[in-house]
Amino acid sequence: MAETRFPGFADPVLDAQAGFRAVLEAMSRPGRVRRVPAPPEVPPGLSPAAAAVLLALVDADTRLRIAAGAEAEAWVRFHCGCPVVAEGADFVLDPAAALLSLEAGTEEEPERGATLLLEVAALAEAPGWVLTGPGIRARHRLRVEGAPAGFLADWAASRARFPRGVDVILCAGDRIAALPRSVRIEEG
Amino acid sequence: MYVATKGGEQAIGAAHAWLDEIRRGDPAQPAIDVAQIEDQLGLAVDRVMAEGSCHDRGLAALAVKQARGDLIEAAFLLRAYRTTLPRFGASAPLDTARMAIRRRISATYKDLPGGQVLGPTFDYTHRLLDFRLAAGDAVPPPAPTAMPDPAPSPRVTELLAREGLMQREVDAGAEPGDLTRAPLAFPADRPLRLQALARGDEGFLLGLGYSTQRGYGNNHPFVGEIRVGDVAVEFTPPELGFPVEIGEIGVTECQMVNQFTGSRTEPPQFTRGYGLVFGHAERKAMSMALVDRSLRAGELGEDTTAPAQDQEFVLYHCDNVEATGFVEHLKLPHYVDFQSELENVRTMRETALKAAGE
Amino acid sequence: MTGTTQAPSPPTGGRGSGEGGTRDPGYNFAYLDESTKRMIRRAILKAVAIPGHQVPFGSREMPLPYGWGTGGIQVTAAILGPADVLKVIDQGADDTTNAVSIRAFFRRVAGVATTERTAEATVIQTRHRIPERALHEDQVLVYQVPIPEPLMRLEPRIAETKRLHAMADYGLMHVKLYEDIARHGHIATSYNYPVMVNGRYLMSPSPIPAFDNPKMDRMPALQLFGAGREKRIYAVPPYTPVRSLDFEDHPFRPIRAQHPCTLCGSTDSYLDEVLTDDVGGRIFVCSDTDWCGERQQAKAAVE
Ligand SMILES: [Zn+2]
Repeated sequence: MAETRFPGFADPVLDAQAGFRAVLEAMSRPGRVRRVPAPPEVPPGLSPAAAAVLLALVDADTRLRIAAGAEAEAWVRFHCGCPVVAEGADFVLDPAAALLSLEAGTEEEPERGATLLLEVAALAEAPGWVLTGPGIRARHRLRVEGAPAGFLADWAASRARFPRGVDVILCAGDRIAALPRSVRIEEG
Repeated sequence: MYVATKGGEQAIGAAHAWLDEIRRGDPAQPAIDVAQIEDQLGLAVDRVMAEGSCHDRGLAALAVKQARGDLIEAAFLLRAYRTTLPRFGASAPLDTARMAIRRRISATYKDLPGGQVLGPTFDYTHRLLDFRLAAGDAVPPPAPTAMPDPAPSPRVTELLAREGLMQREVDAGAEPGDLTRAPLAFPADRPLRLQALARGDEGFLLGLGYSTQRGYGNNHPFVGEIRVGDVAVEFTPPELGFPVEIGEIGVTECQMVNQFTGSRTEPPQFTRGYGLVFGHAERKAMSMALVDRSLRAGELGEDTTAPAQDQEFVLYHCDNVEATGFVEHLKLPHYVDFQSELENVRTMRETALKAAGE
Repeated sequence: MTGTTQAPSPPTGGRGSGEGGTRDPGYNFAYLDESTKRMIRRAILKAVAIPGHQVPFGSREMPLPYGWGTGGIQVTAAILGPADVLKVIDQGADDTTNAVSIRAFFRRVAGVATTERTAEATVIQTRHRIPERALHEDQVLVYQVPIPEPLMRLEPRIAETKRLHAMADYGLMHVKLYEDIARHGHIATSYNYPVMVNGRYLMSPSPIPAFDNPKMDRMPALQLFGAGREKRIYAVPPYTPVRSLDFEDHPFRPIRAQHPCTLCGSTDSYLDEVLTDDVGGRIFVCSDTDWCGERQQAKAAVE
């Protein structure tokens, strides 16, 4: 088994619960920024937020595609015990991953679509993107610093496949915001 | 003045206390020991292990006692307990060819290597109530014993397969699914179907198996072999890398031999219906084998017209813990829905009566 | 199955017990083991991302029977934290036997605070009703669902209904409702009335009275649905359009008994009919006991 000197959650049961609730809140209200309980220390290559999301959701029953450095990979293998794969992953943490090439599920089983963790520089509930769709009363504003080039065009193409698609969790520091596949994003 | 019914909490508490009292019964009677149940009501224990999908005779006996002899309730208790157990991994497949046999019969050959072993069976008893059991149940004299035949007992189906007369089962090599971890999806492959049948309700499978004998999807079955006994369970701990025997469990295996007229791709040959059940449970193992074979109709290119050939119908309804829960949930209050039905029927009656009057 | 991966989390653990009770240390927090919770949590997230779509999940055998709320219980167990305040209702009431039993279960295995007051609850598990009081953003409503498939009565084969959902082919349901109108002059479905979620998925609202359907539409609270025996989870995110199926010339009409509540006088709440004798005597009282109690208190305070 892989070794790591970096810890998992301080309280594996309740931190996982709080981390999940933050993701659930974020996924239910796209564009709202939520804080997650981070592990006391995280390996280089991972934000505290991404580390918390992985600890909360990934385990031996999920396939992970990860490109965040050797220490991060050893850490996730140790604490989550997940198989690390190159293709067909359920969870993806790889800046090179193209939204449209990830597992998107089928019309009958769209839930097989992957969850993409995207590390960005900063998240704020401020002008930048305008989000509409389920979970949003009128519109939510979200400013994302450091999103991949061409993300909005890819997102629109991905969203057109609904109910197939990929759900995104944006991570910055110890904060997250989520973009479920149903959400519509425009600039403004 | 009407006051809304209150006191659900006290009512439940009182009901549970009464249940405890009635379970124990007349205090003047000695309490039944769990060990007595395990020993003397062994077939009840076996059924609870099978349908509770957990091989533990002591726990199953405890469940029988706690459930006051209600075997479906007992299976439910055992299942709920099983869910809380940590998983260490999967054992190696049982090798029933190496079973320590207590009973082994074949209906297809008069004699065969390993012999016919009648074993402890009700089969040829006369079903006359034995009043001696009510009057004390003295210890019977020991049954005559014979030296077990040291020769191996090859399976009848294997003997047929060597002649090319029996379709070989091919291990696809894939890790079988686990229906206790992931929900069934259809079409369900055979390992998953067998899992569902192995823990399915004996009565339901018996009825379905019986229906195949009465023309609802004919199987043309013969009992190739039933064997009852103990088999070793082996497990390979990852830190060791080689299998170690972790114990023995009692099982009943039934291999039905079924005629198959052949298809475009397959020559005429016999095909197999398979049943494997925890404990001594011949009726269940036979029913399972009949239903297993009928569920193969589709893949063997046969017509699928009968209930026992319908995967969704059989697999979604064979689980008695699921079935009893949903049937019995009708006891829960439904007065909100009933109220909307009342209003609905009243409205429909008004409309109908008005129309009749016009 | 995946062998022997040893989760780093201990079998029991976690701080905290709410004021509702002391947690039984013999069980993991909220009863389920951590890997089961993760599996359910992943299913919930996908359900939220695909509003109205039924996500299969590895439903576990719970210590309560299938059909008695095991799906709702598993969803609640997967989301519940020590800071939550839990309310459980059955038929709108907190004191019905199964609600009492489920509430006691969570007090025991999670030690969470429980309440009968809708306004105070952060998680509300329900069977057959939506509370009368409008829910707010900081609440989650968890429905117990017996049959998640809205088309099941028309097409019992799950393999086939999956295909119909994939194609958004809901002609079967429209035909059924249309036949109702042809036969009775109106739609004869009074509970478990099918809805379209965000214009895409046909969904069973669970057996709530049709009266409650409009409350689902653009509700500020997250709505989660758990079907334990059928092993499905689905969701309606906050503020998501939920439309009861109808026809232009036969619009959806919620039904309630045309009476005021005998206890609180409410004329817009859903009512239970209570027989008071065997010669036709009956009264009508709010099904939502918290709502009725609050209104009675307010009335008493004014008088
Ligand atoms: Zn009232």
